[in-house]
Amino acid sequence: MRRRRALMPLALLAPGLVWLLVFYAIPVVTQLWVSLQTGNADDGFAQTWHWGIYPDVVSEYEDQLWRSLGYAASATVLCLIIAFPLSYFIAFKAGRWKNLFLLLVILPFFTSLIVRTVAWQTLLTDDGWVVHTMIDVGLLPENGRLLATRTAVIAGITYNFLPFMVLPLYASLERLDRRLIEAATDLYSSRWSAFRRVTLPLAGPGIFAGVLLTFIPALGDYINAQLLGSSQQYMIGNVIQGQYLVVRDYPTAAALSFVLMVVILVFIGGAAKLVGGRTLREATA
Amino acid sequence: MRTTGDRVRDITIRVWAIAAVIFLFVPIFVVILFSFNDNQGRFNFTWQGFTLRHWEHPFAVEGLGEALTNSLVIAALTTVIAVVFGTLMALALVRHRFRGRGATSALVFLPLATPEVVLGAALLGWFLTISVSTGFVTILIAHVMFTLGFVVVTVRARLEGMDLHIEEAAQDLGAGAITTLRKVTLPMIAPGVASAGLLAFAISIDDFVVTNFNAGQTITFPLFVYGASRQGVPPQVNVLATALLVIVIALMFVVLAFQRRAARADAAVAPEPA
Repeated sequence: MRRRRALMPLALLAPGLVWLLVFYAIPVVTQLWVSLQTGNADDGFAQTWHWGIYPDVVSEYEDQLWRSLGYAASATVLCLIIAFPLSYFIAFKAGRWKNLFLLLVILPFFTSLIVRTVAWQTLLTDDGWVVHTMIDVGLLPENGRLLATRTAVIAGITYNFLPFMVLPLYASLERLDRRLIEAATDLYSSRWSAFRRVTLPLAGPGIFAGVLLTFIPALGDYINAQLLGSSQQYMIGNVIQGQYLVVRDYPTAAALSFVLMVVILVFIGGAAKLVGGRTLREATA
Repeated sequence: MRTTGDRVRDITIRVWAIAAVIFLFVPIFVVILFSFNDNQGRFNFTWQGFTLRHWEHPFAVEGLGEALTNSLVIAALTTVIAVVFGTLMALALVRHRFRGRGATSALVFLPLATPEVVLGAALLGWFLTISVSTGFVTILIAHVMFTLGFVVVTVRARLEGMDLHIEEAAQDLGAGAITTLRKVTLPMIAPGVASAGLLAFAISIDDFVVTNFNAGQTITFPLFVYGASRQGVPPQVNVLATALLVIVIALMFVVLAFQRRAARADAAVAPEPA
């Protein structure tokens, strides 16, 4: 009987656990193995343990790596700026419209990401009324473009990952004990300092989770650069995609993808150190 | 004691929130509007007049119907597999203490924290290494892999909010482990399982990146749209996207109604709110 009890969790876990081990953990480790091969897609690849590929790819694709970091960071900051007042409004001011607003935030994302991004393309196209209007009022120079610019790509990323910022922010603000803010104002704190010293720190785990959930997928994104940008805006995801599926240079693609994974683990680790492990657990729970 | 400053702040924040929601809906309006566009030629970028012809023949584009069917079948199968496996994992993680519990939680969480391009590339590298050719089955494998974590997180949240004593009471009254699971635990976590299923379905049907890596010759709806985007997306895509959105909204209301009923049932079991 006791033996059966001990086997119970294993039996429950087994199917999912095996799936994640075989189709997630092993593939991610295999990236390292594939990256250390030499050869080409037609004649086959041989395991040569050529570690030199790592400095090679990092220097060759330095521009795209830095660009990815820059775009993802800009989009994350923009998301935070747009999402914080929105989440604050939904949590504290929306009253009986709260659920409606939450629904409205996630609803657009039930349309395919590709379809939405193509819609932005339609909207920002050179012949479109947005570009014409902006040229007319002088916001864009004559023959100015919105597509194929850094602005369009960063705006696209911001748009596509906004709910990942809104939802955790909302969740942490909603849980916040409002009596603490009242106590602060009762004790003659100004609205601003009550916000800065009470609301903001208590919303910390939500901000942290939102930043992680936005920054990580943004770092690997290549759809926005592909559809709203040009090769001048390509990010590291475009390179990985192209090397794997078009050029079929698997070691280079695997090495870049492994580098990206390491950058992200370092980022998560660093962020966890910064805010403390407890917040990370709270944020991801 | 509300000052003018407070009122200005309130109005500013309200305007900001409404503007943000409008921003979120801009491309959706474009998608819906251009499904009625009487476009001439391949491109559907400029407004040329109202028509219903695309709505009358939503599958008039070669390959689109097949792509949509593939997406729906894959999403349905993914949902079933991920919900069953994920719910079992959530039960193990919440109800049992065992060695390796922390490591298991981490393994469930990590795919959610990995960028899609890495998930897709890693899986393709693995399939190439073990000489598995990519296609329908590998798409399904990939979709189950990245939706599993979402199911575990969602069902786990519901399980953790559940009163353990009800299960104990069932067992004290002579119900076996299986009966307790079937008659007590599963009905109580059903709303969590339903939202997990909806989430898995929505993520699967929308996925482009991981699918693009592991699709082989199989075309799904997002892959079709991406492929078409180079030569001009046909308005039929807008029609289907709009129709899908309407269906999802309807499904969401069903789940919501279901959860409301469950909430009332919860309230009946535990009359005192926590």
